[in-house]
Amino acid sequence: MSKKETTYSINQEVIEEKEYSTLNLGPTHPATHGIFQNVLKMDGEIIHEATPTIGYIHRAFEKLAERRPYAQITPITDRLNYCSSPINNMGWYMTVEKLLGAKIPKRAEYHRVIIMELSRIADHIICNSVIGVDTGAMTGFLYIFQWREKIYEIFEEICGARLTTNIGRIGGFDKEWSKKTWDLIDTFLKEYPKGLQEFANLLERNKIFMDRTVNCGPISAEMALSYSFVGPNLRAAGIDYDVRVMNPYSSYEDFTFTVPVGTQGDTYDRFMVRQHEMWQSLSIIEQAIKKMPEGPMHADLPDFFLPPKEQVYNNMEALIYHFKIVMGETDIPKGEVYHCVEGGNGELGFYLISDGGRTPFRLHFRRPCFIYYQAYPEMVKGIMLSDAILTMSSMNVIAGELDA
Amino acid sequence: MAKEIIKRTKPEIAKMPDGLEGPGFFATKLEDVVGMARKNSLWPLPFATSCCGIEFMATMASHYDLGRFGSERLSFSPRQADMLMVMGTIAKKMGPTLRQVYEQMAEPRWVLSVGACASSGGIFDTYSVLQGIDKIIPVDVYVPGCPPRPEQILEGVLKIQEMAQNESFRRRNSDEYKKMLNSYGIE
Amino acid sequence: MELLEIVNTKLKEHFAGDIESAEMLYDYPVFTIQKDRIHDVLKFLKEDETLNFHFLTDLCGMQTADEKQLGVIYHLHNMPKNHRIRLKTFFDINKPEVATATDLWPAANWMERETYDFFGVRFKGHPNLKRILNVDEMDIFPMRKEYPLEDQTRDDKNDSMFGR
Repeated sequence: MSKKETTYSINQEVIEEKEYSTLNLGPTHPATHGIFQNVLKMDGEIIHEATPTIGYIHRAFEKLAERRPYAQITPITDRLNYCSSPINNMGWYMTVEKLLGAKIPKRAEYHRVIIMELSRIADHIICNSVIGVDTGAMTGFLYIFQWREKIYEIFEEICGARLTTNIGRIGGFDKEWSKKTWDLIDTFLKEYPKGLQEFANLLERNKIFMDRTVNCGPISAEMALSYSFVGPNLRAAGIDYDVRVMNPYSSYEDFTFTVPVGTQGDTYDRFMVRQHEMWQSLSIIEQAIKKMPEGPMHADLPDFFLPPKEQVYNNMEALIYHFKIVMGETDIPKGEVYHCVEGGNGELGFYLISDGGRTPFRLHFRRPCFIYYQAYPEMVKGIMLSDAILTMSSMNVIAGELDA
Repeated sequence: MAKEIIKRTKPEIAKMPDGLEGPGFFATKLEDVVGMARKNSLWPLPFATSCCGIEFMATMASHYDLGRFGSERLSFSPRQADMLMVMGTIAKKMGPTLRQVYEQMAEPRWVLSVGACASSGGIFDTYSVLQGIDKIIPVDVYVPGCPPRPEQILEGVLKIQEMAQNESFRRRNSDEYKKMLNSYGIE
Repeated sequence: MELLEIVNTKLKEHFAGDIESAEMLYDYPVFTIQKDRIHDVLKFLKEDETLNFHFLTDLCGMQTADEKQLGVIYHLHNMPKNHRIRLKTFFDINKPEVATATDLWPAANWMERETYDFFGVRFKGHPNLKRILNVDEMDIFPMRKEYPLEDQTRDDKNDSMFGR
């Protein structure tokens, strides 16, 4: 379907007559990772205007959260950025702990850091390998997905689930991790650098990849800030904003790591920032294991401490206690709190208003994808369709986080 | 009841149907041969919307490898696909798109509903989520789980393969099938 | 505490009568502003050199507990100095109109559309105020307390089994 558009000068003379065609990059498309629609007005192969439509997977998380007690909201947070669910879970726990004013033992915080960095690696594996697939490099995807399986094995040892983990508790962890978990983590730390280096050798200095991705969908730092970019996308544009450094949570101030920053904000910079962040995450996990302090694994929160499973299955009081906590019959203070963590895509914020009841009065998720995807029409103006696809996949737009 | 573990020394490529064999000829039922061909070459259309889509990516990757069952070529065009794998939550906004994709597929087509959300709405009993895709399209196999493990998705695909193998030629033109499609409003 | 004092003093210089409250909630200075002046307050906070709240972290809506008022909450951030504040503004549910913030921050565009979609808050001057997450034909504002979570038109749920 094409439309003629004529540009007139002041004197009503025709300067330019262009025929635009409309292309529907529909909700189901192999290259859009997740379901969102873009209606593109194109002049041949060059995009003149893009109109995104989202909401195809709107699951009403915020309304659902008003119905569920605090301990039952974690599975919902899992499904926000489902490529790195443990980070969402930990963010939610920290929000509730801030509301309660609880102090978490250092040992539990270091364990949380290990889990969050592992899931950050998992998230960046998906994003970077899929950028490779979109440029045609299937091999990188197949090689590096094997390492995601190893991370899944670690999560499975700790909490039983691979993807939507619901890991940990409000207040820490339920029990010490098994020896097998630590062996798996040690093996991962020894072997993953080789796998990551292999993937890096395939793509990082590959001329074809660089020709495709350098100068593809750039964004300047001023525009990125005005569109409230966060995370790797903002760091690729040159601003070193990382919530772990600026507002440290969960003992991140005890670790030394660098925050990689790009220059142009194009696809190649976004790819490289994520690559370097994976190396930094490995270093953080090693530091956490080396400096691990002794202590309890759960904070002293009698109202939120779920009894150990052996007692729950054998002892009546423990069963009743477990039931009461999970069903929300515990006292929550009134108040409102905003807490943010550095998710795979940037600042993931939880704005919680509690009125003292069993369920939150209002819970709002500050979802980074939703906010920075607005800049997409600006970023693709005047570039070709295949570059626009790459720009979208390098921004790591996860549909679950976009729509909530 | 545990299945008997058959130890194999040579990999079996595809099980031959029963038939009468002789020098230079092999006589069997046409339905068996076509069933064998259909079963081992189901081209899926991955309709991945959310978290189950990531488990599908893991199924497709080298560890669990969907390709060894014949589904090597993923077709994103419905006109070229045999099997529609709906993975993830379908919201009411997405319903018409799913319906359009299903209608574009040519017979014989099978539908695999992966995950709790696609089968019944999952944990999202809300105003915006379609409570199961079988409200708008007919489904052959449901794979429950949130998300289901890759082994479960593979078992779902194997069940579809069983259905593809044993299906009679007349099924898609029979009155019962047409009545079922009409109940969904599909001609 | 100091940030609360600094911002409060600066705001009082220009908007003395419009600040309904200024308090510290957990670790955030929170200001409640009159609905008609919220745009000017935001502009001042963004453009003042010492305050410099150049980054809009979040914009969301809420309904008060008595269900008679709607509110819009802004979270602002000053990255170089690492200052964060929260602004709130409330208005009657029967006349939910506020000035838009899209001229100050383009990022507010979709956030305001989401607030409109969920609560029905109309932002004056918004370039494209229509629904973003729900279907376009929906005529209710689902996040308001009066509307239920579940789809009421379902006929396949057996309530006797679920003890509703």
